[in-house]
Amino acid sequence: MKIVVLVKQVPDSGEERTLRSDDKTVDREASTKRMNEMDEHAIEEALKLAETNSGEVTLLTMAPGDATDTIRKALSMGAHKAVHVTDEALHGSCAVQTSRVLAAALGKLEWDLVLCGAEATDGRVQAMPHMLSERLGVGALTGARKVTVENGTVTVERQTDEGYEVVQAETPAIVSVWDTINEPRYPSFKLIMAAKKKPVDTYGLADLEISAEEVGLANATSQVLEFAPKPPRQAGVKITDEGDGGVKLVEFLASEKFV
Amino acid sequence: MAEVLVVVEAAPGAAESGPTVKKVTFEMLTLARGLGEPAAVVLGAPGTAAAVADRLAEYGAQKVYVAESEDVDRHLVAPKAEVLAALVRQVSPAAVLLAGSQEGKEIAGRVAVKLDNGVLADVSALEADGTATQVIFAGSTIVKSKVTKGIPLATVKPNSVAPQPAPGSPEQVPVDVNLSEVARKVKVLERVAEQKGSRPELTEASTVVAGGRGVGSAENFKVIEEFADLLGAAVGASRAATDSGFYPHQFQIGQTGKTVSPQLYFACGISGAIQHRAGMQTSKTIVAINKDDEAPIFELADFGVVGDLFKVLPQAAEEIRKRK
Ligand SMILES: Cc1cc2nc3c(=O)[nH]c(=O)nc-3n(C[C@H](O)[C@H](O)[C@H](O)COP(=O)(O)OP(=O)(O)OC[C@H]3O[C@@H](n4cnc5c(N)ncnc54)[C@H](O)[C@@H]3O)c2cc1C
Ligand SMILES: Nc1ncnc2c1ncn2[C@@H]1O[C@H](COP(=O)(O)O)[C@@H](O)[C@H]1O
Repeated sequence: MKIVVLVKQVPDSGEERTLRSDDKTVDREASTKRMNEMDEHAIEEALKLAETNSGEVTLLTMAPGDATDTIRKALSMGAHKAVHVTDEALHGSCAVQTSRVLAAALGKLEWDLVLCGAEATDGRVQAMPHMLSERLGVGALTGARKVTVENGTVTVERQTDEGYEVVQAETPAIVSVWDTINEPRYPSFKLIMAAKKKPVDTYGLADLEISAEEVGLANATSQVLEFAPKPPRQAGVKITDEGDGGVKLVEFLASEKFV
Repeated sequence: MAEVLVVVEAAPGAAESGPTVKKVTFEMLTLARGLGEPAAVVLGAPGTAAAVADRLAEYGAQKVYVAESEDVDRHLVAPKAEVLAALVRQVSPAAVLLAGSQEGKEIAGRVAVKLDNGVLADVSALEADGTATQVIFAGSTIVKSKVTKGIPLATVKPNSVAPQPAPGSPEQVPVDVNLSEVARKVKVLERVAEQKGSRPELTEASTVVAGGRGVGSAENFKVIEEFADLLGAAVGASRAATDSGFYPHQFQIGQTGKTVSPQLYFACGISGAIQHRAGMQTSKTIVAINKDDEAPIFELADFGVVGDLFKVLPQAAEEIRKRK
């Protein structure tokens, strides 16, 4: 079984993040760059499926040239190779354009299954797998907390507000996963060393037969007009419990008419 | 005035009464009034519109487009996107709004590709000229943005708009459902409701009592539940608490869980990591109980108690009972 995992490089969601003052795109230098956390779970799931189905795992990322560190780190979990789509003209691309590029790259690869994260922590668009499904004409089974593949059929437990849904499709298909699905492995020293030698193919726009006029900030389908930091909440009263903390809390609630 | 399509977000509801409308739908209908004539779009199994029409009328839908079919209900998302895209082509609306939920975002993404139209995620406001407001990066940055290709197509962040009734009597307009093979690739075999019970829905509750790693165990969550029940509140949890198996995952609050914006939020034994704040910092009043004087949650608490939650909560409960 051949599996492609989509990996996005994002600014660390645990740190302060901001947009660039010049062109209002995500400031990728202001915070630590890392692999989107959810994508680690996608890689983990791909590796598990590959282990039981004698499969091969390829990582696919569209990111600036300096994403090589992130790609090597992702490879060190145990994937076999990676494809890095990178081109100056891609800077500032919107989700619709990104899906055009990733779909073209997927068109050049062989796969039974595409795995990706349920959402990226930067844009939180949560739409990439369905955008790709639309472009590639294959099913998207999204929001998985459990995936099984048997005889060319993928079955997924899709997390919902109320509980879960069991959804099913034939391969080839696209599956996105939540972080509840598994616990990503820590790369061993041996795998980290091996990752340095694993093949990483680089594709530019020309390789994908996409023109620069179809992508990038100038042609994006949505645009940031302006941005500003949101004023932080002001802290209120803080007391230390000296045996009457509960009573004092209720006095506060009463003063605000909550009780 | 041009129509603004509002895709109705419904919860399955009880077997006898059928689906119920989620609050975010009323928020979208309220928002839509500022942009044009709100027209609700019902996409679901036969009988859905009958169950929800009254509520849609109450919140100012001037028209209800009804696209009902078993095929829509029994396949994941793609049929809804196909029907919606066809409707957009047919009626050329001024804007299209969907809920900022997993499904809403997925339908919006598919429609964006079908129509080669921009899409904005999680908007908290939208003006008549198409300028949207988004609060990004865990609530730290406010952005004004616009769809620059096509019509404003946006998912609306729940709890961003105060829903206001505007009773009317909309006509129901049936919409043909002609699905392609591709739209039927993913079958829904089963829908399982895991939670329920008598507590209010987490995202719609006016009071939320949340527990974190500091609660210590699944057993101890009883302390949180009892306090919540006393206040008629919903129960929530941090990711550390759900990951440790103290509480079921669907009650997780934060970046990868639910976003809540109640009148009153209690953070008990929660440190206040950026990813947790992302899901609760727009709460009206925040109370924090934490042993650690330095816990970042105190930076946003209106009332903080430095102390042991197992002492503070039971004492507060007793005091509330006394006052009742
Ligand atoms: C991609 C990503 C997404 C994430 N998404 C989410 C999310 O959606 N939601 C979320 O919550 N987190 C999320 N996190 C995790 C987040 O970073 C924190 O790890 C998590 O919120 C910590 O939970 P906590 O506050 O319960 O635990 P801790 O940080 O361990 O804090 C426990 C607190 O309890 C206090 N305490 C202990 N005992 C007591 C007692 N008896 N009485 C009073 N106080 C006590 C301690 O002083 C401490 O402050 C995410 C992380 C990543 C990387
Ligand atoms: N530029 C990209 N390169 C590779 N994968 C991506 C990219 N953007 C999004 N993805 C994948 O799509 C998932 C959902 O992203 P999003 O729709 O942006 O929330 C991510 O977790 C990634 O797996």
